[in-house]
Amino acid sequence: MSLLPLVAALFVTAVLFALFVASQGYPAFDALALVGKGAFGSAFAWQNTLSRAAPIMLTALCVALPARAGLLIIGGEGALALGGLAAAMVPVVLAGWSVLLVQGLMAMAGFVVGGGWIALSGWLRYKRGVNETISSLLLAYIGAAVFNFLVEGILRDPASLNKPSTAPIGDRYAIGAIPGMDVHWGLVWGFLVCIGAWWLMRHTVFGFATGVVGGNPRAAQMVGLPVGRLMLMACFLGGGAAGLAGMLEVAAVHGDANADLMAGYGYAGILVSFAARHHPLGVIAGALLVGGIGASGSLLQRHLDLPDAATLVLQGMLFVSLLAFETLNRKGVQRV
Amino acid sequence: MSDASGGIAVGSLLLALLGGAMRVSTPFLFVSLGECITEKSGRINLGLEGTLVFGAMSGYGVAYLTGSPWLGILAAGGSGLLLGVMHGLLCSLPRVNDIAVGIAMMLFGTGLAFFLGKPLIQPVAPTLPSLILGGWSSNTQIQEALRINVLLPIGIALAFALRWAFVHTRWGLALRLVGDNAAAARALGYPVVPVRIVATAVGGFLAGIGGAFLSLYYPGSWNEGLSSGQGLMAVALVIFARWDPVRCALAALLFGAAGALGPALQSQGITSGYYLFNAAPYVLTLILMSMSWSSGRSLAGAPGELSLVNR
Repeated sequence: MSLLPLVAALFVTAVLFALFVASQGYPAFDALALVGKGAFGSAFAWQNTLSRAAPIMLTALCVALPARAGLLIIGGEGALALGGLAAAMVPVVLAGWSVLLVQGLMAMAGFVVGGGWIALSGWLRYKRGVNETISSLLLAYIGAAVFNFLVEGILRDPASLNKPSTAPIGDRYAIGAIPGMDVHWGLVWGFLVCIGAWWLMRHTVFGFATGVVGGNPRAAQMVGLPVGRLMLMACFLGGGAAGLAGMLEVAAVHGDANADLMAGYGYAGILVSFAARHHPLGVIAGALLVGGIGASGSLLQRHLDLPDAATLVLQGMLFVSLLAFETLNRKGVQRV
Repeated sequence: MSDASGGIAVGSLLLALLGGAMRVSTPFLFVSLGECITEKSGRINLGLEGTLVFGAMSGYGVAYLTGSPWLGILAAGGSGLLLGVMHGLLCSLPRVNDIAVGIAMMLFGTGLAFFLGKPLIQPVAPTLPSLILGGWSSNTQIQEALRINVLLPIGIALAFALRWAFVHTRWGLALRLVGDNAAAARALGYPVVPVRIVATAVGGFLAGIGGAFLSLYYPGSWNEGLSSGQGLMAVALVIFARWDPVRCALAALLFGAAGALGPALQSQGITSGYYLFNAAPYVLTLILMSMSWSSGRSLAGAPGELSLVNR
């Protein structure tokens, strides 16, 4: 019954949120109803939810994949920002090249830069024993500083006056909407990458070996597994997914790299991965849930005048309850 | 440019760094002392970043409503205490991981502070008084550098008191025993879980005060961008300081100086790498962490029950 803790946590979160909202003088039941309506209540709500879920799925993999190797990485936001920035540079340099090639290179640039950024944490952990949770979050702050330095400095498009941005990638290279709905193709990319990650972890030697490293690093060393390389690879793939999220946000939403890229998807991904117990397919469902919470924010603000941080409070409550109900899980101690 | 003017620029840069260290280090100091107590008990609370932000908000709100910054400090400590108790209780459940709960509390505390702090962005609350130690000098820069906040000496005194208490009091002994070897502590009749909950609560109290410094002294207002990882860096700082409160204080001053690098250079007219210089404290933390940690060896002075070290 591994779903029991999840259901209990969702229920407790709803009760806690209702009590909190009521204590602040807002109508509790209306707020809960609006969360549901804003997330999944209409075609428009679904489109909003799905658009948010696409990057969150990928940033959740930035937690879920290293977690398989026993590492707790929480710095996906930095990989997303730098990956997005790298991707935004590709069409500027290769203007005029074929669309498919440029988009492919954008994805690759985002993946490699994001992956390299998170691999740094894995390397520090393996080589120097530095705690990867702290180092990855520090790297997220450093990544944001580097991002701002470049976007407001040498990479700034002189035409961007009020909001410093890189040069626009242009409509030609932008990722469009899926026919028939107002959701961009990034959603499909997210699905495919999650399924690919699941296959990699479940059905390949690499996935199995990584699981052994996560379960017992000493045993892994003893049977001759390349522990360091597996840790680094898990971090690289996870960071690559987050970098890909940045690329999709640039190519499908913003059209250039600017500070709006750092919208908190990296942090939402942490919650999603924990809710999914670091399962790559569970991440899809978790991303829909957390994307839905985010999507309901504007409705709460408009109808009840709740501060926009209401969705952050709701996410925080959900995260805390999820972990608290881990205690009901009989499967034994989860190390990360 | 002559040599003399270059010398003056370096001198005033150093003064600006010293002043910055005095000004910016206080939150690092309080959070690291709090985390030091918590980690001595064998638990790590990564949620202190959230506690810091929540303390800043609640301290500012209470100072604004009552007109007294000291009541604000008390409220910040109190709310930090509550968040600490919450972390302590949650981690006492079987099969619940303290690092994961810390991450959740970080997001929860920050979100709650942003929600409740919305009406506090406009109003102006009274700020904490400062001590003027530079009155002897006619140099305005020296005067400015030595204008320190009242919390800094309190924090430094607390660091020495804690170092003494860890060794010489029954409480300190119980705390260290619980953190070093829970089985032995249990055998000797010490209540392991309650000691840890109290240690996390006290840690939260101090971290909350560190947050109130941000909103009530420097920068001295409440907004959502007030803290950017100070709480987290303070956690790393404790490891670098090898769980010694006095070394925590020294490290906090060092971090303060690193944090002052960006503004100090900016005041010297060097503005081009502003964002990069602002990242100096994070880079410093990473470098210090990789120097003090080393794969395969256990950390000298580390509490034996700490999951950060044993994993």
